[in-house]
Amino acid sequence: MGFLDTLFGRTKPAQPKLDDLFALPSAAIQLQAAMGFTPTGSGSVSFKAVAGKTFSDIQREVQELLNMDTGKPGEAGLPVEVTRDSFGYTWLVANHMSDEMEGLVTDLHAVNSALVDNGYGPQLLCTLVAFRDDSGRSLALVYLYKRGTFYPFAPLPGRQDDHDTGLELEAKSVLEDDLKIEQDMTRWFPIYGAPGL
Amino acid sequence: MAVRTRYAPDRGLTVRMTATMFLLGLVFVAFVALIIGIMAATHSSLGAIIVVALIFGGGTAFISLFYSDKIALAAAGAREVSPRQAPELHAIVDRLCALADMDKPRIAIAPTAMPNAFATGRNSKNSVLCVTDGLLYRSKLTPEELEGVLAHELSHVAHKDVQVMTYASLLAIVAGLLVRFAFYSEIFGGGRRGGGNSQAALLIPLIMLGSALIYAISFLLIRLLSRYRELAADRSGALLTGNPGALMEALKKVSGGMASIPTKDLRSAEPLNAFYFAPALRPNGQGLANIFSTHPSLQKRLEELAKVQRQLNQATPGDR
Repeated sequence: MGFLDTLFGRTKPAQPKLDDLFALPSAAIQLQAAMGFTPTGSGSVSFKAVAGKTFSDIQREVQELLNMDTGKPGEAGLPVEVTRDSFGYTWLVANHMSDEMEGLVTDLHAVNSALVDNGYGPQLLCTLVAFRDDSGRSLALVYLYKRGTFYPFAPLPGRQDDHDTGLELEAKSVLEDDLKIEQDMTRWFPIYGAPGL
Repeated sequence: MAVRTRYAPDRGLTVRMTATMFLLGLVFVAFVALIIGIMAATHSSLGAIIVVALIFGGGTAFISLFYSDKIALAAAGAREVSPRQAPELHAIVDRLCALADMDKPRIAIAPTAMPNAFATGRNSKNSVLCVTDGLLYRSKLTPEELEGVLAHELSHVAHKDVQVMTYASLLAIVAGLLVRFAFYSEIFGGGRRGGGNSQAALLIPLIMLGSALIYAISFLLIRLLSRYRELAADRSGALLTGNPGALMEALKKVSGGMASIPTKDLRSAEPLNAFYFAPALRPNGQGLANIFSTHPSLQKRLEELAKVQRQLNQATPGDR
């Protein structure tokens, strides 16, 4: 924020950075090779819905757009789920086959673009893509739109107040070459029970 | 850019704020001119007083700026809470900070029945966001409304309001001190000097008068600036959550709750007033009382938020 904006008390809403999302497929390969975590095929976009009709129209359009491509033959097309969490954020959950990382990322990016094109880019909070290993541990890679960085989040089953920091740090060291990892760890906020996880 | 217009800055507010700050600057220049004039006329025999006032005033402002978070927390009797102690509160702030791309302030809770919140600290790294027990448990705010209040406070942090208001108040502090010093030197210094310098003796009341006048004017201007900054924080907060309606509801609930508060809490909250979400002191009379107020009237705040609501719902973002 510039000096003048501070002086006049006008925050410029932070615009999202989108392109780094496409680094996810290569990171997924790396994660599987080094740690044995495979994508679950689901991912979600979280944004802060704006009160009013204009925004809900856009949200409906995005939903329809994402639901269109699931009707392909030979594919268990799952519709996009929409949920609202207890913090008032809307989550669009896209489900794909676990080997369709590219398709998933394309879907997630479609949500971003629709919001940004309509001037609601500042409302984007984060995107997550879920992974699981053979022993059933979960790991999510969370993309922070405003920072253009990722951080790992490893929930502990049934816990709402703690997460597996060790696993997260391991993932950080594995992914550091493939992804822009958020270096300020105070920004690694926990997303307990996030849809799509 | 099409994207920018939906979140366009409020030009009117910027203009009014500019005018206020310009006037404050003008008063400052007049004040310096007065000091220089007096120093020249008295051959700097009064210079010491002025220098002491400057050092004192500047020092006070500097300390209050650097320790604003600690001072405010101590004054409110608040304690910091960890994410484990207040997971909900932290989670809301986490998300808002991620939305706004700002550093997360520390979080504190004050054991006060009065529903309120304040944010303080000289920059975003050293900031504290404090909410009262009353706001969390007694005001019956919905999560959306609480989020609106927190977004308003985070906007104060993002706008560096503590810094801006401290710099703006610096002059008033120095002028206020000068009135007092001149008054004391009038009483205690007059006899010692004998009949030696009658010119200086004449000038002391002049300093008092001038300083008092400047103090009064800058006091009113600072209050005006404070009201504008509240409106700016309302606006930024509402844009951040995308839900001006929730902030409006929160304002109505909190303002309504203020009336039924015991006097003791109100009085002990007085020094922090400028940084509160809603003012803890209600002026009894309307009209003239408004110009002494640190916060705009409820009606004014609701009107401005309704404007933000309309703006967010523009059909096409490209339109002006």
